[in-house]
Formats: sequence, structure tokens, C-alpha cells
Amino acid sequence: MPLIKDNQIVEDSWITLEDAASLPQDAWPIVSLERWRAERENLMEAGVPIGLRLRSDQSPRLVADELEHFAVIALEFPKFTDGRPYSSARLLRDRYGFKGELRAVGHVLRDQALFLVRCGFDAFELTEDVSLEAWRAALGNITVRFQAAADGRSTVSRLRRQPARPSKPRAPSRHKDGDYCAACWAY
Amino acid sequence: MATQIVTANRLGDGLVIYLAQGGAWTDRVEDAEIARDEGDATALLARAEAPDQATRVVGPYLMAVIDEAGVPRPASNREIIRALGPSVRTDLGRQALTRASEG
Amino acid sequence: MYRYDEFDRTFVEERVEQFREQVARRLSGEIGEDEFRPLRLMNGLYLQLHAYMLRVAVPYGTLSSQQMRKLAHIARRYDQGYGHFTTRQNIQYNWVKLKEAPDILADLAEVEMHAIQTSGNCIRNVTADHFAGAAADEIEDPRIAAEVVRQWSSLHPEFSFLPRKFKVAVTGAPNDRAAVKVHDIGLQIVRDARGRTGFKVIVGGGLGRTPIIGATIREFLPKRHLLSYLEAILRVYNELGRRDNIYKARIKILVKDLGAEAFARKVEEEWSSLKDQAVDLPDGELRRIESYFAPPAFENLPAVTSGFEAKRFEDRDFARWAQRNVDAHRAPGYAIVTVSLKPEGGVPGDATAEQMEAVADLAAHYSFDEIRVSHEQNLVLPHVRQSDLYAVWQGLVAADLATANVGLISDIIACPGLDYCNLANTRSIPIAQRIGRRFAEIERQHDIGGLKLKISGCINACGHHHIGHIGLLGVDKKGEEFYQITLGGSADENAALGRILGPAFSAETVVDAVETIVDTYVDQRRAAEGFNDTLARIGLDPFKEKLYAPH
Repeated sequence: MPLIKDNQIVEDSWITLEDAASLPQDAWPIVSLERWRAERENLMEAGVPIGLRLRSDQSPRLVADELEHFAVIALEFPKFTDGRPYSSARLLRDRYGFKGELRAVGHVLRDQALFLVRCGFDAFELTEDVSLEAWRAALGNITVRFQAAADGRSTVSRLRRQPARPSKPRAPSRHKDGDYCAACWAY
Repeated sequence: MATQIVTANRLGDGLVIYLAQGGAWTDRVEDAEIARDEGDATALLARAEAPDQATRVVGPYLMAVIDEAGVPRPASNREIIRALGPSVRTDLGRQALTRASEG
Repeated sequence: MYRYDEFDRTFVEERVEQFREQVARRLSGEIGEDEFRPLRLMNGLYLQLHAYMLRVAVPYGTLSSQQMRKLAHIARRYDQGYGHFTTRQNIQYNWVKLKEAPDILADLAEVEMHAIQTSGNCIRNVTADHFAGAAADEIEDPRIAAEVVRQWSSLHPEFSFLPRKFKVAVTGAPNDRAAVKVHDIGLQIVRDARGRTGFKVIVGGGLGRTPIIGATIREFLPKRHLLSYLEAILRVYNELGRRDNIYKARIKILVKDLGAEAFARKVEEEWSSLKDQAVDLPDGELRRIESYFAPPAFENLPAVTSGFEAKRFEDRDFARWAQRNVDAHRAPGYAIVTVSLKPEGGVPGDATAEQMEAVADLAAHYSFDEIRVSHEQNLVLPHVRQSDLYAVWQGLVAADLATANVGLISDIIACPGLDYCNLANTRSIPIAQRIGRRFAEIERQHDIGGLKLKISGCINACGHHHIGHIGLLGVDKKGEEFYQITLGGSADENAALGRILGPAFSAETVVDAVETIVDTYVDQRRAAEGFNDTLARIGLDPFKEKLYAPH
């Protein structure tokens, strides 16, 4: 399961901790909401960055006042058709101003890429063995955004109001590997 | 247990097909291989669900048939309509081919 | 009507190429069916009984002649020469090949059409009053809001994997022709005390196995806040809607479980955080979209056209057609023509490629190039000069499209049923055809008067049986087709759910039963009393007595 961040496959410095497991020495822990609730003081005293993992039925509204303690929040997709984490991500980014890493975990497929990024995710543990190229291509598939969302990209309604715009639309999906990433997704 | 055959839709065009003797797929329900007990049925379905079939067929399942001297006939309204074509458009589906060859 | 600009065009073209790549991955075996199914559904591609079925969106039911000609071309080139217009202003092709689906979508993109979000657990094609922009009783054209919602909902990143499908309908008139009370969200354009227009917001209506009339959660929403308010509703639903049981996953169940008032409070609370963010469109963008729906250049005509009146007098067939299939237009001297897709013994909603082209030609000549698809599975020529009605009628007669039965008993809504559909338990179309033949005499239909008959082939209720004056629901009893009858439903501004009459009738006896119901109504009605009014006055018993009395 590769971890993709900033359009690169990166080394994961975090480890998802079973509730009974002791704190790791060589990595930072991502803990469940239950463990955070039970061991909040202990975890904070350990003096390491802490990550929180929320199941899709656990709303970030539950921890809205505690977000300063988390460097990573991992939102879990039990199935890729469970769309709750998208709302969770937008709440975290848009409403609560969470600036840490927002990681998609669980059943995460390349065909969700655009939705994930647009809702504010910036790290992805992919279920499938997908090349970085395929992931980037999936991100570049659709360049037109009709809704304002957490990625802050210009929406169509904003672009339509700009005086100077290209006379011809960009050719769809004819990107060469890599050339669109800087243009579209260097955020 | 009812006698059963395996049916599916062909991946490329979605048309109704049946698993025939020897593992080939056919669009003629008459040519489908009949499973007469639970063990045969399980084995037949397993063959249709084998990984190499995933690029050929969609959603294989067992369906009940009436065994008419070794020739399977669909038992339910649904499977009769699947085998023939829409009852309100007899010019379409496999029933149209039969009609044409008879006409 | 709305025209794509470079952004809309790029969007649908990119979507086509994305789907082409997904289809290629499926055909090569790189992804399996479990993963592919949601992807194809989000492009309207189902696997039905006989083949793939492609559902193409006709946003808010509006088509140009050029678009209709393209639909005819697709029917001929990729299908079996016909298409099926649905109760949600879509068109379905029944014999599509997976390999060719991306090519069809590319053809559609050429005329600014698509199949995006016509299936799947996302915000579906937005529907509107099919008389929009033409109806005499209209406050404001509902298609502006519908287009705003269409764009906003297109690949919405947060709401593409909802608990279940989500349908929005908009009407701009007090007489509801868009069935807004049986949608997940119904929007009705209303005026407030100061004369400003906004939306009444109705949530949680729906049919299916748990039919519910929607609840009004806001009496007046200023237009500029439409999207932020919808976003609030959808977020509450996405977070709290049930995902453990597909039959309880629609928003209507959430609204029912929480209670409409509690649901409304949650929406308002969410909206209070959303409404001043960037969700709503800037005024300029709203005006840009609005400008596309400016009325066409109607001529100044007298309200009554003498030639039209004379023809009515001369030609009884034309007169009968004009009585049923022509409605009042907002512009003097114009009329709205409904093209019946319910010929005697035909398949409700089906049209051949040739018929589509005939309607396209008539629209180009006589209706400012505009066509509508109605949720009652008919087509509409919205802007016809009264003086052209006779020529239009003759053109329709030539294309076998002039059945004078709009709103009558043979103008039946029927789902595809077991003849095409993977979910159906029984057939619907043959029952519709037999009822059409039983009442074939058009004078008898006119004597019976307005009557809505709707048939569903299973509990999913795609044929809207709950809201027919007479509703038929097909049920399978040990391999035999039976039909349960409900009476008293209504889809309009007085939306109501029909009540079950009694034990179901076999396929053999159900047409007799319908005739008995109709005869009982005709016997019992007072003057021009409508079916539901008679029913309300006399109750179910007189019908039950006739139907279930021992012979």
C-alpha cells in the first residue's frame, strides 16, 4: 500500500496503532478515537506528534475542539462507495481550519482521486497497486470545477468572470505524463 | 433440487449468454450445460466465475430450468423473456432470429 | 436555452475521455466488475435484462432540434432504431454495447449532452416543469435554477457517493407539473410579501417501497442562496443518511425518522455556516445563466386566431386533438403542443428515430427550435403559433404522433417492466397496451375525461403508481403476474398517495377491473367532477362492491 503525498510516493513516518499496542519507537502513532478518548493525557505526555483515525461513522464534529493536538487525521473509507469521509474532510478544512495532513485510508481507489483532493485530502493510502503515473493521470482527467470546494481551485463561475481567458479550451485529456501536474495540482 | 444452468451477460455487448458444454458460452439456452445436483451446480458456477472469465462475462448466476429430454427450457417469466427478447417487441432479441429463420 | 461555453464543453469532453479510459481498463481486465459498476453507473450505463442500457440526461427536459436529431442518430447507429423517454425527462437506449458507449457519449458531447449522473448514488438529472418558459400560469422560468443546480451537482466532490440516489425537481408555477412533492428535493418558485421571487423548499418526498409526500422545510429561500442551502441539505443527508440498509437510505427516511422540523433545524444550522462562504454563485454568473432563458422573440399576435378556430370547426379530429393536446401559452396567439408518445397499443414513451426526426423538424419550423420531454413520457413543442397548429397537427399525423389522448386514460405512464428491466417482477407495457386497446375509442376516452393511470412492474415504483388516480403495481405470485390497484393518488400541487383497493387482479382480469373502476366513476360522478373528487365524496366502497362482489 503505497502512500502518496504531494504527488510523490513517500516513506510513511506514521504507523496506525492497534488499540492494545504500545507506542512505537521508530514511528509516530495514528490512534483510534476510542484510544484518544481513553488515553488522551498519556498520549500528549509522550511528546511525539499524534495522528487520529476516524471511522466513517465518526464525525470530526466530535473532536472539533481538540484538533490542535493532531498532526495527521486519517479518514477511513470502509468501502469506496461510503461518501461520509468527503464531508468530514470538508468540515475539517473549511469549517475547522485543520492545517495538518488529511489522509485517505481504507478502500481508496484512483477513480476517487479528484473528489478526494477537492475535499481537502492531501495524503492517500491506495488500496490498489497503482503507479504514480496512473494516479497523476486520474487527477488530471477533469480540469473543470463547477463547485467551490476545499482545494481552493478556481471554479468555472470565477473563471467566467475573468476578463482575459484563453480563446481556445485546453485539449481534454491529452496530457503527457507530468506536464499537467505543475499546472493543475501543485498546491 | 431444480435442474439449473449458468447464465450471464457478455461483457462487450451485454447480450444474454449461457455456459455450454466444454466451457464455451452460447447465446442459445438450448445448448446450455445442465447441472442436475447441487455439486454440479456449484462446479458449473465456479467455472463461470473463474478469474479468466472476468473479461468475457458479467454477473454469472445459476438459473432454474425445465429439463425437456436433455434440453433446458427457462422456468421463470424473467428467464423466458431474457432468452427470447422483450415480449412487446418480438422483432428484437433472439426470438427475432428464430422468427426470421422460420419465416 | 442554455448553450455550453468552453468550460462546459471541456468538462463533458474530459468526462468522455475519462470514461473511455475506464471502459478500456474494464475490457482489458485491469479492473473487475465490482469496481467498474459504480463508474459506469455514474455515466448512466446499466446492465439490464437483454443488454446494456444507456440513460442519457435531458436536463430539465429541454432539447433543441439538433439535439433531438442526434438522439435519433444514436438510436439508428448504436441501437435498434428507437429510444425510450422516461419519467425523469431522460432517454434510454436499450441495446447499447459497452465498447461503443464512449463513442455514444462523444456523439452526445458534440451537441452539448451527456449521461453524467443519470444513475448511481449521486445527484441525478435535474427535472423541471415541461411547460417552463411557456406556461400561462408561470411565475418564473424554473430552468434557470435547474441549470444552476445541474452545474453545481456535476461531479460534486462531496456528494458523489451519497447513501442513495438523489433527485431534484423545480417548478415555477403554482400548478405543479414537475411532481416536486415526490422528489428528494422539490423547489417551487414563489413570491414573498414584497413580491420578490424565491424558493419554497420541499424535502423528503419519494415513491418506491416507502412512498412519502415531501415536507416543506423552508417557505421562502432567497434565490441567491440556492446552492448553499442545497449544500447544507446534502451535507446533513450525506453524514446522517442510513447506509446499513439500501431500502432505508433515501433522504425521505432520514426526514421521517428525525421529523421534518428537527431535520429543518439541522439544515438551517449547517446553512448558517455555509451561506456566506463561496458556495453561492456570484450575481454576474446567475445573470449569465439567466440570459440564456430569455423568452424567444414572440410576435405580437392577437389572443385568438381565427384560422385556428375555423379549422377546429371544420375538422373534428383536429378539434379533438386541439382540445386535449394543446395548452394555453403565456404569449398571446401562441400555444403549447403536447406530442403524445402513447399511440393505441404502443409502448408508452417509445419513439423511433424517424419520429424523433419528425418532431425535430416540426420544432425547427414551428417552435423556435425547442422541444421538451415531459415526466409523463410525452414530448412537447412549447412555442407554437396558433395559426400553425393545423400544420403541426398534420405533420404529427404523418409521423403517427397525433393521438389525441393527453391526460386521458390511455396516456399511461408505465415503467419498462419485466420486458427490459432487471429489477422488475412483472411486465407493465403489455398491460398498458391492453388498456389502451380496451379504451381505443377516442370519443369514449374524451367522455371519461382527464384520468391518470400509472403502472409499475415492481415495488420500486418507476411507473409512479402511487400517484396515479388509478395505480397498478405488478406483483409476482408464484410465477404468475398479478396487479394490485390503488385509487386516489395525485402528482400535482395536491399530491396524494393512492389507497389500496383490495386483493390483486391477475393479468387476465386486471383490464376488466380497470374498466369496472372507470365505469363506476362515470356512473357516480356529478357533472364535470374529476376522478379524485368523486372518490373523495363516495369513498372506496362503491368501487370495491363492483369489483369484489360475488357474481
